[in-house]
Parts: sequence; structure tokens; C-alpha cells
Amino acid sequence: MDRVPVLKIGDLLLVSIQVDMQDQTALALQEDLAERIVATGCHGVIIDITALDIVDSFVGRMLSSIASISRVLDAETVVVGMRPAVAITLVELGLSLDGIRTALNVERGIELLAQAREPETPDDLGIDLDLDRFGPATS
Amino acid sequence: MGLTAAEGERIAALLDTQADKLTASWTDAVAAPLRGRLTRAELQRQVQDLHRAIVEALRAGAFDLTDERSADLRATLVELSRGRARQGFTASETAVTVFGLKQALFDVVDVRGGDAQVLADLLAVGQVIDDLGLFTFETYAKAREGLIADQAEQLLELATPVVKLWEGVVAIPLVGTLDSARAQVVMERLLETLVETGSPYAIIDITGVPAVDTQVAQHILKTVVAARLMGAECIISGIRPQIAQTIVALGIEFGDIATKATLADALRHALRLIEATRKARSN
Amino acid sequence: MTTDVGLGEPQLVTIAADEDVVRVRQLVRTVAVAAKLSLVDQTKLVTAASELARNTLVYGGGGGAEVTVVDSGRRKGIRIVFADDGPGIADLDLALTDGYTTGGGLGLGLSGARRLVDEFDIDTAAGRGTRITVTKWAR
Ligand SMILES: Nc1ncnc2c1ncn2[C@@H]1O[C@H](COP(=O)(O)OP(=O)(O)O)[C@@H](O)[C@H]1O
Ligand SMILES: [Mg+2]
Repeated sequence: MDRVPVLKIGDLLLVSIQVDMQDQTALALQEDLAERIVATGCHGVIIDITALDIVDSFVGRMLSSIASISRVLDAETVVVGMRPAVAITLVELGLSLDGIRTALNVERGIELLAQAREPETPDDLGIDLDLDRFGPATS
Repeated sequence: MGLTAAEGERIAALLDTQADKLTASWTDAVAAPLRGRLTRAELQRQVQDLHRAIVEALRAGAFDLTDERSADLRATLVELSRGRARQGFTASETAVTVFGLKQALFDVVDVRGGDAQVLADLLAVGQVIDDLGLFTFETYAKAREGLIADQAEQLLELATPVVKLWEGVVAIPLVGTLDSARAQVVMERLLETLVETGSPYAIIDITGVPAVDTQVAQHILKTVVAARLMGAECIISGIRPQIAQTIVALGIEFGDIATKATLADALRHALRLIEATRKARSN
Repeated sequence: MTTDVGLGEPQLVTIAADEDVVRVRQLVRTVAVAAKLSLVDQTKLVTAASELARNTLVYGGGGGAEVTVVDSGRRKGIRIVFADDGPGIADLDLALTDGYTTGGGLGLGLSGARRLVDEFDIDTAAGRGTRITVTKWAR
């Protein structure tokens, strides 16, 4: 069975799915990725599916699982490079990929991850407002 | 071709003995109705090809156009009719190329002085030529159909231009009646352009669309969902009051899809979103 | 007439393991390209085939897929028959409901595949195995 390589680039993990994956390969990727997130402490994962000429419900479910598992491990996932024909087919299949962030290409994916991390910086406006609600003592 | 072996042999001989005179006369017969739209040299070459193919098929013992041994003859006829269809000749202008052989035979063969055998053979060959003519006609019709379908598709694509309005924003201004087939082409073109230009925003402007039905509304909706799966957002602009009523009456949920009155409003909206993204990043 | 790949003669893939599902996808893609299906239609058919081949393996306990190029006289198409001698499907309406699964899947394989093809026919009963025939026509 082939394994999909997981690359660390800067503070991101990049997965380029290149092969026509067997189901077992997809499951292995899910495990590998969880381990690598913990081992590297990365907070962002980009899954590039440019090379995939179909996404069926099994791969769709794998993508959703990866996104959920990553979130539990404090990492955001972005799926990038979905082909138009694949997207049209997924709509007809009825797969909504709920909870998965998507971007047109790797570059846009990186932007999206950068944005996603923003609100967690301590000086963020949202947090100030939240704290205000607990009374003047904290401000 | 509905001939006996002996007939086939005799007709092949008949066609072959005065080959040059026959093909010259045949070329004349074909050239007249085409009124110089093909050069004589070109016609002559086509007629000679056809003549050779017919004689060879008869010699090979092919008495039927569906016969394995007629493959070459069929190919010659197909090439001829496709060429004519592509060049814009009519069906009868195409068929005349084959029927010209009849005329030529009467010119070349001595009908009056001929014996009964020759007359019978001429009748038989007439049948053969009719078969060839019919086949040509059918092939021509098929080729025309194919051409028309191709042109329709090209028109469809011409009628749905996707334009890049701004860095990161493409727009598709739809004009005219949207049927299901065109809506599908639009959907694919738009999504492809998103990828090609790397634009995360698309404006679907339907100001020029007089009405939509359920299917078309569904197509637009699916386009928006597909674009989201790819990581892009669509904004729909120019929804006419009647169309808004139709959409609601049909019970189609546009949900959280951004809609704007005009293309300009939609562009402004997209630019604001792009600006917000940039600010968030540079903070 | 070399473009009529497999016209009339079915091509068979045995489905007994994970990698056979990949083989079904690849064969269907090749035949769909040869039959001149549009890219979107190819993608829809391959996706449907992937779903049904996986069901044949997972729920039917293995079986086969038979791919044939068909000609209606007006246009060409591709017909695929998935057959297994597994437990069959007792309640077909239920199995064809979006989201229904007995195997922890997304429950979109059967219902989604039906939406992705032009003709969908299913012959099954409890204890009698399952035979699904799908056809997609070139437009
Ligand atoms: N070939 C088959 N043999 C027996 N049961 C099947 C077969 N295919 C599908 N099923 C049943 O139909 C249900 C729905 O299938 P499907 O829509 O593909 O969803 P999923 O694969 O996610 O479970 C399956 O969970 C299974 O119970
Ligand atoms: Mg399934």
C-alpha cells in the first residue's frame, strides 16, 4: 500500500494527494497526519487535491475527519485545488464537506490559515470585548 | 450492390475500358451544377478516386456496399461527403458527384447500337449508382448534423463570456434566455475561470435574463455550492422583481448567498470582502 | 473502427480487495474517455462506479463489475453492472435514502450514484445478492 507523504513547510503541514488512493491509504493518511500535527506542533494543514480526478463519499468523509481531528489537536485544515468537475460531481452526489475550509490553490490556502489564526492573538479586539463583559476589573 | 458475379465483372470491365473518356465526361457532369466552386482539377481527382474505388470493389467481388470488400469504396464516399458538408455544399450538390456517373455512362457507352446485354448491364449499374448516391446522402446528413452540433456548442460558449473584472473578481454577465443546457455550460465555464485566474470571487449577473425556471435556478444554486467547495464565493446581481417572485414561489432557498441589485453593487461588495481579508492579514 | 473500445464486448473486473475498487475506477475512466463523454460526465460516472464498487466489496462481500460500451443508435453510452452474491438489501427504499448507512459511512453511495447516472436499475432481495446496472449516455 502506498502512503501519502506529509511535508512540513515552515509552520504548516502540506499533503499533496498524488495517487489514485485506495481506501486503506486514505485511512493511513488520517493517522499519519494526526501524529505529525502533534509531533511538529503545527497549527495549519493544507491538503492539496489538485491531482485528484474524483472525490467520492469515502474520500469526502476522510477529508471531514481530518479537519475534525486537526481541530481537536488545535490545527486548522484547508483543502485546496478541487477541480471544477469534481466540485460539480460532489454537489450532485450530495456531499457538502461541512466544516471544511477550502481555497482555490495552495497560496490562497496559506492566506486563509493565516487569517484563521488571527482572532487568537491576545490583543485581538474580540477578546477585549469578551473580557469587558465580565466587568471593569479586567480592563 | 445487388449484382451477380458475372454482372459485377462485366460492369467493372465496362467502367474500365474507356476510363479516361468516362471520367472526363463524369467530371463535366459534376462541374456544371457546382458552377466553379471547386476547381476542375480537384473535381477530376475526386471523380478518378471514386472511379478507381468502384472498379476495385467490383473486381474484389463486392456486390454490396455493406460488404467487407467495399470498405475502401465506403471510405472514399465518406471522405467526399464530409468534405462537401464542411465546405457548405448542399445535399444535392454532393449527391450529383455520384449521379454524374450515370450521365457519363450514357455519353460514353453506345446505347443505340448496343446489344441487349449492354442495356441490361446499364440498368444494373444504374441501381448500383443509386445505392452509392443514397449512401453519400446519408453520410452527408450525418456530417451536417455533427457540424451543426459543433457550431451550436461554439455559439453557446461565445454567448457566455466570463470576464475578469478585478484582481480576484470574475464576472459572468448572462444575457438572454437561459435553458438547462446553457446554464450547465455557464456553470462549468465559470468554475474553470475561477481556477485559471485564481479568483476567489465570482459575480453572476442576471440583469439580461428575462425569466428563470426551476431547473435554471437550481443550476445557478448548484454553481454557487460547487464554487464554495472549491473555495470561492459567488454573488448574484441583477435579479429582476419577477425573477425574485419566481424564486420564492418555486420555494428555492437562496439561503446565505449574497445578492445585489446591480453588477456595480456586487463588485463593490466583493472588493470590500477582499479589503477585509487583506486587513486581517496585515494586522 | 478502433475508437469503439469494448463496443459490445464487456470488460470484467473482479472486486475482491481494496485495489480492485481503484481498478474499476481506472477502467471506467478509460472507457468513458473513449466513448467521448464530457469531462464532467466522466467524473460523475467514475464517482458513481467508485461508490458502487466499494459497496460490492464492503457489503456484498466481493463480486464483479462489467463495463460495456453501448450504442442506442443515436448516441453512445457506458453501461456498468455491479454484481455480488452477498446478503442483498432487504429494504431498498431505506438503503436509497440519503444518509442511511449500516456501515458507518455517509450513506450517500447508493442515492448519490443514482443521481450521477442517467439510468439506474437495482435487482436485490434479502439473501439473493445484489445486481446494480447503471448507464450514462454521451450528450
Ligand atoms: N451490495 C450491497 N449489498 C448489501 N447491502 C448493500 C449493498 N450496497 C449497499 N448496501 C446497503 O445500503 C446502505 C447504503 O449504502 P450507501 O448509500 O453506499 O452508504 P454507505 O456505503 O455509506 O453505507 C449500506 O449501508 C448497506 O446497508
Ligand atoms: Mg457506499
